[in-house]
Amino acid sequence: MVVATTNSLELSTRWQLNDHVSLRDEAFGALAYHHDTRRLVFLKSVALVDVVRRLGEFATVNDALCALVPTSEHGRYAAALAALRRSEIIREC
Amino acid sequence: MRRLLRLSVVRRSFVSADVSLRDRFERGLAAPICLTWELTYACNLACTHCLSSSGRRDPLELSTAEAKALIDEIATMKIFYINIGGGEPMIRRDFFELIEYAVSRNIGVKFSTNGTRIDPAAATRLASIDYLDIQISIDGVDATTSDRIRGVGSYDAARRAMDNLRAADFGQFKISVVMTRDSVEQLDEFEKLAQLYGAELRLTRLRPSGRGADVWQELHPTLAQNRRLYRWLLDRPNVLTGDSFFHLSALGEPLDGLNLCGAGRVVCLIDPVGQVYACPFVIHDEFNAGNIRDAGFNAVWSESELFRSLREPGSPGACTSCGSFDACRGGCMAAKFFTGLEMTDPDPECVFGHGEEALKKKVTIARPNSSPDHSRRIPVTLSSK
Repeated sequence: MVVATTNSLELSTRWQLNDHVSLRDEAFGALAYHHDTRRLVFLKSVALVDVVRRLGEFATVNDALCALVPTSEHGRYAAALAALRRSEIIREC
Repeated sequence: MRRLLRLSVVRRSFVSADVSLRDRFERGLAAPICLTWELTYACNLACTHCLSSSGRRDPLELSTAEAKALIDEIATMKIFYINIGGGEPMIRRDFFELIEYAVSRNIGVKFSTNGTRIDPAAATRLASIDYLDIQISIDGVDATTSDRIRGVGSYDAARRAMDNLRAADFGQFKISVVMTRDSVEQLDEFEKLAQLYGAELRLTRLRPSGRGADVWQELHPTLAQNRRLYRWLLDRPNVLTGDSFFHLSALGEPLDGLNLCGAGRVVCLIDPVGQVYACPFVIHDEFNAGNIRDAGFNAVWSESELFRSLREPGSPGACTSCGSFDACRGGCMAAKFFTGLEMTDPDPECVFGHGEEALKKKVTIARPNSSPDHSRRIPVTLSSK
């Protein structure tokens, strides 16, 4: 059982889209399919999809959030990224 | 782990204010989530409820080269897994060639079979393919109940297939059962049978499609049975249903799944000759969106007028005044169509009985037949080994 945490320690590490995951763009965001866990995840925002795709370009999750997301939205995005990490759609580098 | 699909929605405050994900789905996706591809109309059984009226091979079925080109297109469209059926798909001589090709293109394959062709050698070969999932169909927990629908000897053949898969160490497969008035009385026994094999249990709805139209009236579960089934499923989220029973969600808490009719929106069917239908339960001219032989599958999926119209918001029709419309969305399009109801009528198995009332009110009921019929003209007997 993985407990949800989005503490500052995690946000200061580098994450990226998992190599085993395919993203398919959709009008509402994207479908993410994990070829190993066979889990299909719906990303319900185009902006979130963009963050997920570009996470690996930044040294830390925090850097990615600062560059790509308005400050007032950081909490929401951090929670969504944590959920995506639990389903192994994204992973720490 | 063999299961090819587990759904989860990352919503964590990403539920947009105006539209839910279900509304988005009802407007259609860039490509299907659930694509069923029936490889052949040939079948060595003649089940009385066959959705595709299968039996005889169609001489115009896709060639191996055409089938591989379709697999390439499926990969390009990022359709991550496909459901293969028939007829009996294992009857095609290139069956293994095609599923191995799909898996090599990173497409997960789940196929439905009656199990008659899964001998020890086939089981070993199947077990060697990762990213493959198998559904073996039975329609009763004993030969008497199941063979009444699927033919004499079919139950024993299916059990032999399960034994062979277990001996070959295939891993977890699925046991797939259509809910009839008889099989719905055996729910607990099906659960035990699945446990015996470490298999997953999958229950689907009996639809009046194909030859199913001939038996639906006498075999579909009663209102009371459907209520019991709903409760049983609610207690067992691990039992798979392929979103089959969303019409029962009107009884209260929604069942696991998307709870919508995905026809032409997130679901479709490609038949053995390349025709694309809105869903596996409407093999009928009225729901034919085009043929992949003309301009490819993607063109049909994204441009067909039929699919475009299905993606327009529909009218709740007779269900407008029912407080449960949001739960059941008026039910299954195929079930209405093949029982002679209008699309704006309630589902014939509406849990409040509105469908039965609607059927009674019709002065004449014109039940459409399934358009292509590949049923055999002589009875089928299955020789036991």
